[in-house]
Amino acid sequence: MIDPHIASAFDRDLETIQAMLMKMGGLVETAILEGAEALEHRDLDKAEKVRSGDKAIDRLEEQVNEEATRVIALRAPTASDLRTVMTVIKISANLERCGDYAKNMAKRTTVLAETPPVGSASVSIRKLAREVQLMLKDALDSYIQRDADLAMQVIERDEDVDQIYNALFRELLTHMMEDPRNITPCMHLHFVAKNCERMGDHVTSIAEQVVYLVTGSMPDDGRNKQDATPYMTDEGL
Amino acid sequence: MNDMRLLQRTQGMNDIKIQANGVDVFYADNHAIKDVSVEIEDKTVTAFIGPSGCGKSTFLRCLNRMNDTIDICKVTGDILLDGEDIYDPKVDPVQLRAKVGMVFQKPNPFPKSIYDNVAYGPRIHGLAKNKAELDEIIEKSLRRGAIWDEVKDRLKQPGTGLSGGQQQRLCIARAIATEPEVLLMDEPCSALDPIATAQVEELIDELKQNYSVVIVTHSMQQAARVSQKTAFFHLGSLVEYGETGKIFTNPEDSRTESYITGRIG
Ligand SMILES: Nc1ncnc2c1ncn2[C@@H]1O[C@H](COP(=O)(O)OP(=O)(O)O)[C@@H](O)[C@H]1O
Ligand SMILES: [Mg+2]
Repeated sequence: MIDPHIASAFDRDLETIQAMLMKMGGLVETAILEGAEALEHRDLDKAEKVRSGDKAIDRLEEQVNEEATRVIALRAPTASDLRTVMTVIKISANLERCGDYAKNMAKRTTVLAETPPVGSASVSIRKLAREVQLMLKDALDSYIQRDADLAMQVIERDEDVDQIYNALFRELLTHMMEDPRNITPCMHLHFVAKNCERMGDHVTSIAEQVVYLVTGSMPDDGRNKQDATPYMTDEGL
Repeated sequence: MNDMRLLQRTQGMNDIKIQANGVDVFYADNHAIKDVSVEIEDKTVTAFIGPSGCGKSTFLRCLNRMNDTIDICKVTGDILLDGEDIYDPKVDPVQLRAKVGMVFQKPNPFPKSIYDNVAYGPRIHGLAKNKAELDEIIEKSLRRGAIWDEVKDRLKQPGTGLSGGQQQRLCIARAIATEPEVLLMDEPCSALDPIATAQVEELIDELKQNYSVVIVTHSMQQAARVSQKTAFFHLGSLVEYGETGKIFTNPEDSRTESYITGRIG
């Protein structure tokens, strides 16, 4: 909606929450990128920065929720205002989870830095993380621009993330079968890859919220999950 | 319990009580209602919302021919109650108003006892054969008006001595006393404090089990709280009509959206 409210303080309230949400989104994007960079380059300082940076993300989520609760109590928002407040709450929860995954990636980096590199797995993981970060950027842009088409594209791109993850899963399994000394780093790398895949799901959920915000209904869940790993064995690898 | 409510909400298969087709209303050359068609359901609270002067009261008054009393007012189009044209020359407006009762913005008890206020309608319509029957109607109406316990010991005292909220519930009881099928309420809570408003809203919610209730309100939160169907009027036109939950979460028309979200549209 372009028209301002008659009560201009209402506009300011909504703008404030959305600004906090976007700030949160920016921090999460950075955490994902830097987490992946730290992993690839075994950069312990950067990993530490990601770990400690998660507190700011958590704090923002609390603030977003407090503000949203206040707006509901004091302004009884309706229609698109209501959807704005509801989606802000959900999206901030998704972002907070993404922040946790990035932090977990950074924690595992401190362990992985002690072990020999395994193939090109950390390069693949950085690609995976990069893809998730770009999806997140577009999801946040689609939110700001109220662009349901862009949000739908983000939802579709989650398949790519799932595919990269599936490939990584196979690759890590192969390394573990080749040499049991690879098992420890591969286990950690697999968790990192899984974290990225989960982040993709949260970003997808953000994009779905954008579609709901703009259209008033959730997108159809036409996409079938591409995660084939529950059925994977070591046969034929 | 929740499932039941969901069912009630989604079903929405009540009978049509009032059907308006292409209704226009003119006050001399002021075109106050423009081609309004709407179906009002039985056993449902329908809210009319919209900015001041958009024609809510005018349209409401068409539903029991209250506009007949205004000389310059001309109504065209069809309004059917249970399929029968209420503007048919054969219809007696006084009988119609017993069937389609009305409650006004300002509680307006007659300067008579509480008892006589409620007895007024049943007496002119000859609904009671004797005193015992009348007493029964009075008690039943006051109970349905959710005010019996507060007045049962002072029925002979004047209705005007009650508090504003009590007066309004008395007026509702008075409207109920003629066994109406439809209750029209024009901003029934605008002169009441929040507690009295909550009591009247609770009453409206109970009334919908037996009546079709149409309420004009300038409080959107009230419309959201009490109604199942909402009609949004703007400049004499019915812009949007639908399930209240839908209107307040995802209205179709941008004018509705602007109005309910309090925007400068
Ligand atoms: N008794 C009347 N005589 C002449 N014009 C009237 C009368 N009642 C309402 N109007 C006009 O009809 C239009 C709609 O008014 P009304 O139905 O009272 O709107 P609302 O109830 O939505 O505030 C306004 O332009 C108003 O001036
Ligand atoms: Mg009015």
